[in-house]
Amino acid sequence: MVLGIGWTINHIFSLFRRCIYVILSVGPIPNHIAFILDGNRRYAKKHKLREGAGHNIGFLSLTSMLQCCYELGVKHVTIYAFSIDNFKRRPEEIRYLMDLMQEKIEFLPKEENLVNRLGIRVQFFGNLKLLSEGARDSAQSAMSATATNSKAFLSICVAYTSTHEIVHAVEQVCKEKKQRKAWNEHVNLDDVERQMYLANIPEPDILVRTSGANRLSNFLLWQSAYAHLYSPSALWPEISFWHLIWMVLNYQRNYGYLEKQQQNMDHVNVFGRSNP
Amino acid sequence: MPKHVAVIMDGNRRWAKQRGLSMELGYEAGLKSLRELLKSCCNLGIRVLTVFAFSADNWSRPKVEVDFLMSLFGRGTEDELKNFVREDIRVSVIGDSSKLPTNLKEQIIDAEEATKNNSRLHLIVAISYSGQYDIVQACHNIALKVKDGLLEPSDINQSLIEQELETNCTIFPYPDLLIRTSGELRVSNFLLWQLAYTELFFAKALWPDFGEAELLEALQSFQQRRRRYGGEGS
Repeated sequence: MVLGIGWTINHIFSLFRRCIYVILSVGPIPNHIAFILDGNRRYAKKHKLREGAGHNIGFLSLTSMLQCCYELGVKHVTIYAFSIDNFKRRPEEIRYLMDLMQEKIEFLPKEENLVNRLGIRVQFFGNLKLLSEGARDSAQSAMSATATNSKAFLSICVAYTSTHEIVHAVEQVCKEKKQRKAWNEHVNLDDVERQMYLANIPEPDILVRTSGANRLSNFLLWQSAYAHLYSPSALWPEISFWHLIWMVLNYQRNYGYLEKQQQNMDHVNVFGRSNP
Repeated sequence: MPKHVAVIMDGNRRWAKQRGLSMELGYEAGLKSLRELLKSCCNLGIRVLTVFAFSADNWSRPKVEVDFLMSLFGRGTEDELKNFVREDIRVSVIGDSSKLPTNLKEQIIDAEEATKNNSRLHLIVAISYSGQYDIVQACHNIALKVKDGLLEPSDINQSLIEQELETNCTIFPYPDLLIRTSGELRVSNFLLWQLAYTELFFAKALWPDFGEAELLEALQSFQQRRRRYGGEGS
């Protein structure tokens, strides 16, 4: 009886969510949302849980948010799971996070309700050599297992910073020039962009950072040049469907302004960016 | 107190429209606001102030508007030069100067030369600037060094790129605080690399209405924030 009620409530809420998605779809839906998952440790502290519990609950929030995004029609989601800067933390916490990451990555392709059902291709970007061997192997497996999926894309940035990505891109540009002896050609925007880790991922339309902090923390600096920034005060484990609705509504409100900017820019080919 | 404050001075045209004034008057009011901000920053001991005066993307605006802005920048530079010298303010201009009118280029060179030894506050004005292009030109300069055998691609690191970015004219290239006025929530291709750890503050006021009170609010917000740089201390 109780299970029956639980199932019914779930089903009603699911229908309700889909109604909201249909209404929102009257306006433009962002193609790519990027998330900085900040606040797991503070959440654990706030609720007097052990530190690791915050990250575990954070993972549940993540799968929930991913489901909402993909159901809404967002094609690309990128998350900042672990920064190169986070290696400054206590060794115990790093070890815990590496193990947690490995556990959750192995879980991803197995999760029947999410990654494979929704046809999501999972990719990892960053200096993967810095990860524990176990985490790295799981990441490679997950990438192989989902390589043929193409309905939606989940990009997970681990051992990542934007400045590291840019250094790597600049190094590759120089290596390529040296190889081709192409010194007469001036380096242009496309040259650099092509060498970025996320070269095949479109720029984020919305960049979300939870826990009220208003900074980019070395995440997607190049790619977020025009992204709409959303900074809810909720800690990451507290993020919900309503935050997604609110951010999309704000995005739609600003869309006219951004579209006009884009149209103007397409007429002016600045700094060697080839127009699509 | 932040050492380096950056500002995206947005909202001049909306301010003018709201008051039924011309676009030109909106920008004149914006210039006045900048003068006030400069004075406040000097008084507060802020060492570097970088302002986004004209984006590389703004070249697509109507010619009348672009021409007016170019002449406003020239006039502003000349009118303020005595003040910069008197107040010990150093001026630098970053951005792609190749598209600027010749006389403005000359005015800028003169102002930079006349103030290069000043040290109380460094005013960096970004004109025809793009954060992405700043990185591209740094990459190009580094590529030239590789060509000349001065370094190998594997030697390239964050420090090298930092030295080639246009903000290399200051010892504090990374803003501690970025303020954007008029309620727009984006960085619009302003400093990108340099904003890695900058605290962002979005003010609702339009730029001509941004005064000392609004600046203090932004600074107060900055002082209340805990900067962890990815490490411990949640």
